[in-house]
Amino acid sequence: MSTATSAQPMVQLGGIRKSFHHLDVLKGVDIEVGNGQTICIIGPSGSGKSTLLRCINHLELPDAGVVVVDGEVMGYTEKKGRLVAVRAKDIDRQRRTVGMVFQRFNLFPHLTALENVALTPRQVLGLSRKEANALAEEQLARVDMLSRKDAYARQLSGGQQQRVAIARALAMKPKVILFDEPTSALDPELVGEVLQVMKDLAAEGMTMVVVTHEMQFARECASEVVFMDGGRVVEQGSPDEIFGSPRHERTRAFISRVAHETAASG
Amino acid sequence: MTSTAHASPGEIADPSIRSARLARLASLPLKKHAHPWRWLSGAFIIAALVFVVRAFARGDIEWSEVAAYLFDDRILEGLGQTVQLAVICTLLGTAIGIGVAVMRLSRNPVASSVAWFYVWIFRGTPDLLQLLLWFNLALVFPTLTIPGVWEARTIDVVTPFVAAVIALSISAGAYIAENVRGAIAAVDHGQLEAASALGLPKRSTFRKIVMPQAMPSLIPAIGNHAIILLKLSSLASVISYTELMGSAQEIYYVNARVVELLFTIAIWYLVATSLAGVLQYYLEKWYGRSNVVTRTNSLDRATARVLNRLRSGTKGA
Ligand SMILES: Nc1ncnc2c1ncn2[C@@H]1O[C@H](COP(=O)(O)OP(=O)(O)O)[C@@H](O)[C@H]1O
Ligand SMILES: [Mg+2]
Repeated sequence: MSTATSAQPMVQLGGIRKSFHHLDVLKGVDIEVGNGQTICIIGPSGSGKSTLLRCINHLELPDAGVVVVDGEVMGYTEKKGRLVAVRAKDIDRQRRTVGMVFQRFNLFPHLTALENVALTPRQVLGLSRKEANALAEEQLARVDMLSRKDAYARQLSGGQQQRVAIARALAMKPKVILFDEPTSALDPELVGEVLQVMKDLAAEGMTMVVVTHEMQFARECASEVVFMDGGRVVEQGSPDEIFGSPRHERTRAFISRVAHETAASG
Repeated sequence: MTSTAHASPGEIADPSIRSARLARLASLPLKKHAHPWRWLSGAFIIAALVFVVRAFARGDIEWSEVAAYLFDDRILEGLGQTVQLAVICTLLGTAIGIGVAVMRLSRNPVASSVAWFYVWIFRGTPDLLQLLLWFNLALVFPTLTIPGVWEARTIDVVTPFVAAVIALSISAGAYIAENVRGAIAAVDHGQLEAASALGLPKRSTFRKIVMPQAMPSLIPAIGNHAIILLKLSSLASVISYTELMGSAQEIYYVNARVVELLFTIAIWYLVATSLAGVLQYYLEKWYGRSNVVTRTNSLDRATARVLNRLRSGTKGA
């Protein structure tokens, strides 16, 4: 499956396969994300969306296939016609170019918002405390959380925690950010503030891969929508194509089901 | 015997509530549970205590001697050695415990087997036995050698103090390792994922993310071990190390005031272990300041109870 992307590719997934104890979760996935694009991945629960996202930054090691981020193969170097696994510190370095935002935020609860954001820059970029804090404050301002910089996670609402988590990812100046259902754990009235931050990022030209059930967000912000089912990409296209005239029956069924659920719950 | 804690009757302020029965019920005084068994059992225990205290007061103990030896130079010297031994062994034991726990949790099968074996050996044999083995190391290896660099007689190196430090630290380390392992395993997996995704190196993740979150649940265990070590250090008297117990023995071998001296040092052991408890309380508070683990420890709960009582008391008045 090839898609015409005008932009330079930032993330390329080729032939990604992954199974857990004989359960084939990913059965060969190819996706290309252009520089500055926002790709939304939709699909039923259990279709392998999270696993795919986690393969991109090698939180999960694909059984087969390669992930290329900005031209660099994740986790491997090419040597004498083979891909040889790199060492831990190299994979750490590569992961810094890929930010990730989790469904459950995963803020470090023993650190304040500022410390959450400043920790990694300070530990790995060799910044002084002052420099790291300045960087962290800048990122917290981007998500409108500067006023709560001294709060611990438990003192923040879910939406605020997620915004801090986004700032934490941004502080590493990633080339791409992965979002795994970033609003699914939020109370409905807090979803908007997180989506707004993501919309702003998309508008600023950040490359993003977003697994989401927020169809409205996908419609408005996605450069491409990918529909996954059963460990495969079933269909991929512009939001208009996927939501307006899906080619596959499964896509159509899924979209109408989600639309019903949203209508029922909203 | 009857407790008459009558609360002041309530008055219904809302005029729209006119039920006569409700008004009458609301105006009745409230009587709380009487708890007669608490009073009875309390009285019984106090009686038993009085009996015991009287018996000891009339018994053949020279209490003035107990007081006189409390600040005896040799006793204070011994106390210093006991505290020193306990502090050193707690610190070393914790360091060993953390190291062994990390090995135990490592994916490297060699490392985790070695750690398992360590815990198995040193948790499975008596401390006194370990102490005697370390002290008698010279019988097995008369000299210690690093070929071409250093050589010494074992007797000169493994002094009673060194043997005690080695034995007690290693044995404490085996216990603490299990505590550390549990505390580390209890840290939310999402924390590790977030750290990996950020590209935070393993070492930093351990130091900055895992340990700070494991600490709150670890402090009580380490505090417990500090108290155990304060007491276990008395074993070192067996290998002729004059800590608190040894000092007492040296004195009562001469003057035969055995029980008096045992009471003297019992007081010091209680003081030392109580202070360790207080220190533990403040460490717990410090590590729990972001309230990562919502442990309610007993001292806090007791304080909260007293405060509540005071508050409701002032409200009622
Ligand atoms: N670490 C794992 N071990 C075993 N099975 C897993 C693991 N992670 C995911 N799976 C399984 O893989 C399938 C796809 O999971 P996931 O990628 O989370 O789907 P989605 O995010 O689309 O809901 C599910 O059946 C899930 O149970
Ligand atoms: Mg998922």
